[in-house]
Amino acid sequence: MNRYFWILGAFVALVALLAVGLGLNPRDVPSPLVGKPAPAFTLPVLAAPETTLSPKDMQGKVWLLNVWASWCVSCRQEHPVLVEFSKKGKVPLLGLNYKEVRGDGSFDMSKMPAEEEKTLAFQRANQWLAQHGNPYTTTVMDLDGRVGIDYGVYGVPETYIIDKAGVIRMKHTGPITPDVLSQKIMPLLAELNK
Amino acid sequence: MISRRLLLTFVFAAFFGSTAALPVAAEEAAPLAADPVAEKRLLELSNELRCLVCQNQTIADSNAELAVDLRREIRGMIQAGKTNPEIIDFMVVRYGDFVLYRPPVKGITLLLWGGPLALMLVGIFILLRYLRRRAQRIAADQPLSADEAQRAEALLKELDQK
Repeated sequence: MNRYFWILGAFVALVALLAVGLGLNPRDVPSPLVGKPAPAFTLPVLAAPETTLSPKDMQGKVWLLNVWASWCVSCRQEHPVLVEFSKKGKVPLLGLNYKEVRGDGSFDMSKMPAEEEKTLAFQRANQWLAQHGNPYTTTVMDLDGRVGIDYGVYGVPETYIIDKAGVIRMKHTGPITPDVLSQKIMPLLAELNK
Repeated sequence: MISRRLLLTFVFAAFFGSTAALPVAAEEAAPLAADPVAEKRLLELSNELRCLVCQNQTIADSNAELAVDLRREIRGMIQAGKTNPEIIDFMVVRYGDFVLYRPPVKGITLLLWGGPLALMLVGIFILLRYLRRRAQRIAADQPLSADEAQRAEALLKELDQK
């Protein structure tokens, strides 16, 4: 009797362990950047290509950095949520356009001159925002994805919340759903803005 | 270790007599081909690092965009004279311990490293306990008394006669 009790107990424990394990999202890799200063960059601004922006310019503000691209399908899914969010105008939302042209996969990059890539990237990004609405205070262009690597981007869309001191306080991988916005992002923003 | 993808490519090429897939790999390797030592280091390093897009492949195996970018990044760092620990560090700072196929021993990974050993010790403990009890049980089994032996013999005989 006692022995069967133990076997049953072990079985239940194993099922519980597997249930928890299978319920986790394997894409949700904790970012080591949370709690660290946002990596520096200087990137051209989409609306004014001759100007640049860096995280330093945002010092003293709580802000969001959203990584997107026009070829990214999940970005389309989260976009209405961002547009809605931006209407409230609580905190600046910066867009980091990630590998607009070379990330698409439908271009032969070995044959495309850098100048052409740049023109095409700006054109495509502008067109996409015109079509789907522009929730971004500013969008900067990371053509080769070099800044994306510094931010540990591995799947677009990704969103970072950065505090007044320029420290990353949260990273969300994957599309922002209304639930994520209301339950995780908004409370954190309220706390950081206190 | 030969990458599975490469192997598949060769199998395919062998089967269909097509070499269409091969120039891609050749193009990939071109930038450092002139420097076999650096190329070997790149291979060693990228075999240690996980591609976060297709999580069960190393960035040496994977052809995901990010893996290509990271290989390019590693090439750049090798050319810039960075050491292997510096390059590994660069990756860990950005993507966390998860990029390492050989996770470091620390508090949170103790179970990972110690788990198999702990399980083996538990197994040995259970086995020894079982063996000891079994030996006790056998020792405790009294041989039949003279009386019992007689009865057993009688019963067996009875059975034979039937």
